[in-house]
Amino acid sequence: MRRVVAAAAAICAAGGVCAGEGMPPLTSTPGDPERGRAIVIDRETGLCLLCHSGPFPEVTFQGDLAPSLEGVGARLDAAALRLRLVDSRRVNPDTIMPPYHSTDNLNRVGAEWRGKPILSAQQIEDVVAFLATMTEVAQ
Amino acid sequence: MRGGAAALLLIAATMASGDERLSGTAFMSPETRAMQADDLANPGMFAVLEGARLWEETAGVSGRSCAGCHGDAAETMKGVAARYPAFDEASNAAVDLTARVNLCRTRHQDADPLPPEDPRLLALTTFIGHQSRGQKIEPDPDPRLQPWRELGARLFRTRMGQLNFSCANCHDDNAGRHLAGNPIPQGHATGYPIYRLEWQSMGSLQRRFRNCLVGVRAEPFAYGSREFIALELFLADRAAGMTIETPAVRP
Ligand code: HEC
Ligand code: HEC
Ligand code: HEC
Repeated sequence: MRRVVAAAAAICAAGGVCAGEGMPPLTSTPGDPERGRAIVIDRETGLCLLCHSGPFPEVTFQGDLAPSLEGVGARLDAAALRLRLVDSRRVNPDTIMPPYHSTDNLNRVGAEWRGKPILSAQQIEDVVAFLATMTEVAQ
Repeated sequence: MRGGAAALLLIAATMASGDERLSGTAFMSPETRAMQADDLANPGMFAVLEGARLWEETAGVSGRSCAGCHGDAAETMKGVAARYPAFDEASNAAVDLTARVNLCRTRHQDADPLPPEDPRLLALTTFIGHQSRGQKIEPDPDPRLQPWRELGARLFRTRMGQLNFSCANCHDDNAGRHLAGNPIPQGHATGYPIYRLEWQSMGSLQRRFRNCLVGVRAEPFAYGSREFIALELFLADRAAGMTIETPAVRP
């Protein structure tokens, strides 16, 4: 616990800015929402819809282990979205949402995946940019 | 529709008995459940028949068959699968049914052990498992198994892999929910070895474990490892009193 909190604080300090529960951009290249959407709906890359659902008509089978992503851009700002993607354990230590850009405190990671985050820094920025556009909720 | 109603009845019946545990069968489509229930349609019954043939066949330098020592499996093997993994005196360790069959080959038949997932090994364990069909799981209470019980319980709750999941995260906390449309069962190993439609073949419980571990991008434990035997024993404790269904069919 204490270690996780300390790591979050360190990242905030390194980035310079740390407004509330959030994280500053990981790269200087702005995220591309179109690429972000492709990552979110892909079962191997983003895996998001294994657990989440959302307004993605082309994805027939969606998960029900997590809240719908619909309107998430209205609920959370980019910094808060980024923090949850990079390592949701910093918000909820018991989360089942995988840490997309952290390799800390993982156990028995398969050889193919060892030492690598699930998404690269630029992919995180792409997904954040896309989620930030998801401000609408169907009536 | 009718399948849904049947599933609800099944769930209602178990709830009424005060037991909320459900076999993986309860999470399947009506078609797959029907395939499992009908011995003429259940592809796992081919493994049972092949196992019955191998039971009578001699193997190794000894020239002895399983039947030569154990006789009629319907009598001598009834209830065995229901209490495995068990403690083996000679190796001073917990062994599962798969390991036991290979121990009989090496100790008593002077034959080579069969490799993991060998169709002959699966056929023999399916045949032996089938002799307990309809019986309640009754784990071996031997106190010498305690270290395995504890290791299994601990592993079940240990987060693993790049996706950072424990078995319990899925099978205790999220059973009945859906991973991209696939129902998550409670993870009770009541029907092993199984015929899995996705594999187009029989497979052991340890193959199932490996699938779950690879699914969360973890390094799977080796076939026959202490960790896998421990998980098997923990699952037997967790499913104690549930009914053996071998051979089960799974999607
Ligand atoms: C293994 C399941 C799982 C996967 C895969 C997953 N999430 Fe999550 N996510 C959750 C859960 C559960 C929550 C609820 C909060 C918690 O428990 O931490 C959540 C919360 C969130 C939140 C906060 C939602 C809110 O309304 O507060 C966002 C945003 C999010 N996830 C985005 C994503 C994206 C984008 C992906 C893919 C890159 C993804 N998640 C993949 C399980 C998952
Ligand atoms: C991410 C979720 C997840 C995790 C983590 C997970 N499993 Fe599973 N498991 C599943 C799903 C989904 C199935 C059903 C697959 C199917 O039959 O299509 C399953 C099936 C099983 C079954 C078969 C049940 C039956 O009725 O035949 C067993 C036993 C099992 N898992 C044990 C484990 C163990 C032990 C672990 C930890 C080492 C584990 N699982 C980790 C999702 C998971
Ligand atoms: C030469 C006699 C002999 C032969 C042949 C033999 N076994 Fe055994 N088997 C034993 C003995 C003795 C035990 C008790 C454990 C031990 O001492 O190894 C045993 C134990 C077992 C058990 C565990 C029973 C229990 O209640 O725990 C199973 C299952 C089993 N054998 C299956 C087989 C199978 C399958 C074959 C053929 C591949 C086979 N055996 C061949 C002698 C034999």
